[in-house]
Amino acid sequence: MMDGSRRSFLKIGGLSVLGLSGVRVWNVFAATQEAGHEAAAEAAGALQWAMVIDMKKCWDYQEKQPCTDCMTACHGIHNVPEIADPKREIKWLWTDLYQHAFPTEGHEYPPAEAKGKPFLLLCNHCSNPPCVRVCPTQATFKRPEDGVVMMDFHRCIGCRYCMAGCPYGSRSFNWQDPRPFIKELNMQFPTRTKGVVEKCNFCAERLAKNLYPACVEVCKAKALTFGNLGDPTSPVRELLKQHYTIRRKNELGTGPNVYYIV
Amino acid sequence: MKIYDANKIIPGLLILVGLFTFPFLYNIGGAAPAPKPELPKEQKTCVQSLAFMKAGHMQLLNDWRDQVVRQANRVYVGLDGKEFNPSLQNTCMECHTSKVKFCDQCHNYAGVTPYCWDCHIAPKENQ
Amino acid sequence: MLEKALEGSKSYWRLLVTLLVLAGIGFGCYLLQLNQGLRITGMSRDVSWGFYIAQFTFLVGVAASAVMVVLPYYLHHVKVFGKITILGEFLAVASVTMCLLFIVVDLGKPMRLLNVLLYPTPNSVLFWDMVVLNGYLFLNIVIGWTVLGAERKGVAAPAWVKPLIYLSIPWAVSIHTVTAFLYAGLPGRHFWLTAILAPRFLASAFAAGPSLLILLAYFVRKRSKFDPGDEAFEKLSQVVAYAMCVNVFFVLLELFTSFYSGIPSHMEGFIYQFSGLEGHGKLMPFMWLSAILSVIAVLMLLSKKKRSQEKTLKIACVLVFIALWLEKGLGLVITGFIPNPFNTVTEYWPTFPELGITIGVYATGFLVLTVLYKVAIAVKEENL
Repeated sequence: MMDGSRRSFLKIGGLSVLGLSGVRVWNVFAATQEAGHEAAAEAAGALQWAMVIDMKKCWDYQEKQPCTDCMTACHGIHNVPEIADPKREIKWLWTDLYQHAFPTEGHEYPPAEAKGKPFLLLCNHCSNPPCVRVCPTQATFKRPEDGVVMMDFHRCIGCRYCMAGCPYGSRSFNWQDPRPFIKELNMQFPTRTKGVVEKCNFCAERLAKNLYPACVEVCKAKALTFGNLGDPTSPVRELLKQHYTIRRKNELGTGPNVYYIV
Repeated sequence: MKIYDANKIIPGLLILVGLFTFPFLYNIGGAAPAPKPELPKEQKTCVQSLAFMKAGHMQLLNDWRDQVVRQANRVYVGLDGKEFNPSLQNTCMECHTSKVKFCDQCHNYAGVTPYCWDCHIAPKENQ
Repeated sequence: MLEKALEGSKSYWRLLVTLLVLAGIGFGCYLLQLNQGLRITGMSRDVSWGFYIAQFTFLVGVAASAVMVVLPYYLHHVKVFGKITILGEFLAVASVTMCLLFIVVDLGKPMRLLNVLLYPTPNSVLFWDMVVLNGYLFLNIVIGWTVLGAERKGVAAPAWVKPLIYLSIPWAVSIHTVTAFLYAGLPGRHFWLTAILAPRFLASAFAAGPSLLILLAYFVRKRSKFDPGDEAFEKLSQVVAYAMCVNVFFVLLELFTSFYSGIPSHMEGFIYQFSGLEGHGKLMPFMWLSAILSVIAVLMLLSKKKRSQEKTLKIACVLVFIALWLEKGLGLVITGFIPNPFNTVTEYWPTFPELGITIGVYATGFLVLTVLYKVAIAVKEENL
């Protein structure tokens, strides 16, 4: 332990900041190459978590009684602050109208049942995420293990390049200290601090315990299905086989992993 | 030997020396009491030895956060091969139930304010 | 050489104190921002970059002042620029300093700034922008200072500085290109998603940088014994004239592609700027002003007779500078976020503390500029 820290101290102290940076750039290139080999070997059945959302089931359920269980559960367990001002609000899981969720798909005469109905929105955990591409510190990254697009809040410098990069408006910035806006703290999960970006993490902390994401678990209408896109027998693949599904802004090539049954 | 502008230079030097030595002069005779972090009563062992934790808990926490957030590895093998959930909020503070009586003791003494607590929630008694 | 900045007239000191006070006010506002977070700005979830990043983008352009005198002087032996290369280089130093400060004040976690070096990320354009901006700052400080130092001693500049000078020319192109790439590679931000953005940045930079340089050189000529020479103004005004024409042409190309194709996402940014979108049009008066000033400036600059008159040239340069500031320092960055990913409009307007910080950064930049120019001019006057 002490040896290790002494060595790293000497390393940092001995090399100039720029020199150090240069070495690290080289390491990054080297690492990318290695990852490439591994990816090719694993490509066959690679784990990529995905979600299929059947909004019709949600709407049918809502005809009986209004329900916000998924959003309440998500924002509750992740200590997402409730900020009323739409300019400052923070959203992990939320709803918006069809023409806002799918601005390039919509036309003037939507089917009666979709008109004015909410669509459930979240981070798409894209296969080719622009937010990851633009982040200058790798504070947001795509987990090679399961394809979750993660945020490292310790590393985020708050430049908000990812927010410019995300075409889905899935990222929120902490314009202020979020703590005063959290009604009830979940003591098992951290909050965020002012100056960092945050978003849905596909419940990485629950996936680690082999649990489904909270929104999927609490949905009484069973409108949300979660599974491995790489496994042809998974429930999400079954649904994709049976139904016609769409993704948000497919044409941008980001490869969203949230599908909507229409 | 004659110092030019001695009437300006000497008081200037005195002010400089005074400013730089002020913290030491101010605290003469009244050394701050050594910190007494309160250890948990029920648990006798930590994830690593006492000496290790004293010297390297910050490095350990640093490694934990990278391990959990970046490598998706939520198992830490500690002393005697025992497994732990590498979590400040859910493992450390489970035994060290008071941030005030444990963490803050040394941190205040050393004059450091780690930003862990900007995000990680301190146990209830601190709120 | 820096000691030359310690002697000056009363008005020199008055200028320095004024700039210091403004920088101090800006710093006060910045302390408020550090304490409260970026909520003291007008930025929002939808328009997540505002005035700071817009000023940064514009000032990268002003930094082109250096290359537009260095390139003709060293590559084409345009001797008339010999006297003012130093003014161009020092203006670039001040501009890039402001650019870097604007990035820092925009960060949510400025204390973690060095993470960009600690975890270098070649796939991020922002990483490369950091590299090229710091490199350009370094090049211009070293080149400017060394050449000026040699001039003071009446000797030729050391040989090692020549390769740096040649390197600084493509490097200048890189700062505009990489800054344009920050915007031009984002899916879903159609206003920026255009291959012509980098050429547009170069054109507007080659107009804005030299036009400010002309104004500063006139000021220097008036207030000191150092005269850059009429020919230098004539040549620089030519550069501004060509660059401004090309800039207007490029904007027209954008308009053609957007409106002839009729693709909504490509038109919406321009519609927002010039006629308002979904009832929102805060930028309209400014964008029209920018367009009108651009046309007037081009008309004034096109005629050689007109632009060789000092008064006309000064007015034209002021118009070019304001027009391009409105286009890039206000319009370009903000409009990129409109409409937002949900095809609705959230508008942006800077707040007072945000403007305070902006003015503070400008004051700091001009403080650097004033001191550097003071040194340069003192050396030039010594050698007269």
